[in-house]
Amino acid sequence: MNRDVIVEYVPLYVEALGRTVHIGLVGILGAILLGLGSSLILYFQVKGFRRLTRAYIELFRNTPLLVQLFFLYFGLPKLGLRITADFCGMLGLALIGGSYMAETFRSGLEAVDRIQFESAKSLGMSPWQTFFYVILPQAVSTSVPGFVANMIFLLKETSVFSAISVMDLMFTAKDLIGMEYKTMEALTLLVVFYLIMLLPVSVLGSLVERRVRYGSYGD
Amino acid sequence: MDLMGIELLFKGQNFLRILGGLWVSVRISLISVAISIGLGLLVGALMTLRRPVVRAITRVYLEIVRIMPQMVLLFIVYFGTTRAFGIHMEAELAAIIVFVFWGTAEMGDLVRSALISIPKHQYESAKALGLSRAQTYRYIILPQTLRRLLPLSINLITRMIKTTSLVMMVGIVEVLKVTQQIIEANRRTSPNAAFGMFAVVFVIYFLVCWPISMLSKKLEKRWSE
Amino acid sequence: MSETILKIDHLQKQFDSHVILKDVSLSVKKGEVIVIIGPSGCGKSTFLRCINGLEDIQSGDILLENRSIVGNTTQIQKERQRIGMVFQSYDLFPHKTVLDNVTLAPRKVQKRDKAEVEKEGLQLLDRVGLASKQNAYPRQLSGGQKQRVAIVRALAMHPEILLFDEVTAALDPEMVHEVLETMLELARSGNTMLIVTHEMSFARAVADRIVFLDEGGIVEEGTPEEFFEHPKTDRAKKFLASFEYHR
Repeated sequence: MNRDVIVEYVPLYVEALGRTVHIGLVGILGAILLGLGSSLILYFQVKGFRRLTRAYIELFRNTPLLVQLFFLYFGLPKLGLRITADFCGMLGLALIGGSYMAETFRSGLEAVDRIQFESAKSLGMSPWQTFFYVILPQAVSTSVPGFVANMIFLLKETSVFSAISVMDLMFTAKDLIGMEYKTMEALTLLVVFYLIMLLPVSVLGSLVERRVRYGSYGD
Repeated sequence: MDLMGIELLFKGQNFLRILGGLWVSVRISLISVAISIGLGLLVGALMTLRRPVVRAITRVYLEIVRIMPQMVLLFIVYFGTTRAFGIHMEAELAAIIVFVFWGTAEMGDLVRSALISIPKHQYESAKALGLSRAQTYRYIILPQTLRRLLPLSINLITRMIKTTSLVMMVGIVEVLKVTQQIIEANRRTSPNAAFGMFAVVFVIYFLVCWPISMLSKKLEKRWSE
Repeated sequence: MSETILKIDHLQKQFDSHVILKDVSLSVKKGEVIVIIGPSGCGKSTFLRCINGLEDIQSGDILLENRSIVGNTTQIQKERQRIGMVFQSYDLFPHKTVLDNVTLAPRKVQKRDKAEVEKEGLQLLDRVGLASKQNAYPRQLSGGQKQRVAIVRALAMHPEILLFDEVTAALDPEMVHEVLETMLELARSGNTMLIVTHEMSFARAVADRIVFLDEGGIVEEGTPEEFFEHPKTDRAKKFLASFEYHR
């Protein structure tokens, strides 16, 4: 392994990391919003949207991100919708993530005993007050482990973006291997940079999980 | 009328070629799942032991799998071994190694949690009835563990199938790659085929994975007592 | 009532430095029904679990017909089969039918004939009014029914001593009765029983002897009449008073 090569290529990886994180964060933000909306539609059984939401969730949970990206990136332009590779990555991540987040939030909501509605009602709270002060906080704490798992899953999924020529970490590594034959250096940097991206999330996630668990059971 | 490329599906051997590509993914998944289940049972049982060394090793292993994208692992095994040992590894073998490495961790964790989720009282009442350790496992613990595991293992199959789409990145010709080839070959007669054909792949994946996830959900519901 | 069948001799049990049972001695005669009562956390459940080898002990001895049953050798485990136990959380095996729950141990542990064991199992189930449920799974039964099956499961091993660890504590009030009724019948037909319970009127009806345990030691023992009418110690008086309501 050549140290000079590594030093030389670090800036390229830093740039790729920045791009990956940027796409990842925007995508995950979209996923959270989409998931929250979908889970509320399912929980409150909003007429007209329920079946559509269900179909969206099943469709995106049961297909690979790579296939979704190919469809969005190569297929959609044929309808005249031209999008950049970076935006396509964000969109794909938001769509697949939304379907996973929706399931997590929904089961969190459903884990809250419906009797809580009744007891809040008996205390004179309005349905909206009940939802915001009683149901949602409990649902959030049961959703945390699933949420953390989804975060890590989605950040890992960013590794397929290079297939639609997003210049991310994988793309950079592949380039180094293909063009310069610096396989070991490229792979080492790849692992290191993914660790830099994911290790903090994983550690932080475990901490939050523990905190929430103690919060809810006081043990 | 522009069929957006759907017509290519019925041209020549195209549909069969796509199914052939699908079979490549499914084959890799099934082989990997089968090996992962076997190894996962072993690793899961190991993880319930209270040996610090075993714990530390399995923990690091699980954490690696948890945070390293399968794609990165695939690159390491496929490109790394060639470079480090000078042997050329078949892409399919590399894929199976990576998926088994990943699947064993997933399975092991499932086995571990299934094992520890059996209430302590089940062990105690078996002991109070005079069953030996081996009998307790054979008649009481394992049957209950397997019931909890089956839906989760089925679920692992769909996740494997979805993840195997990555193997095109190391040059294995599977559904996506076959479809890409078909689109390329017909670029002049069906310029918009990318839309229709990738939509077809989308639907095919859904048709394969959705029934399996439904089955897994159903079994889980039925057996969650 | 004749010879001593079970003798607990200066039993000491602790978790790390925390003493659960200190210097407990008790002899049980054949056919005797002993009810152990005491406040929560006094160690009464642990006491039963020690007798059945579910907990190890730090010192003292447990003798079944003058032979120690402390330890985990195959021989001792075999001896221990003469003691049956029923737990609070009617822990039936969820993947087996009622009859299979009852016959599993006699067939696999005692290697008895399947047809014979099933016949006996059915008779026992009939005795507690559950013969019609033989093919049901535990999840299809009520709590009281599950607990009666658990009792039958223990009986099928032909134990010489039966231990009951708060078997009605997890039941709905209307189901407590049917389980206690079953236990009362077992007591009347001459079984040796050690019962931990919070049901005071049942304790009074079923016991030959009451043992009052507090803070890990036997504070007082006597016949039900002596204990309930004329408790000797302040601790027993205080304990009994906690069950009364003053208007």
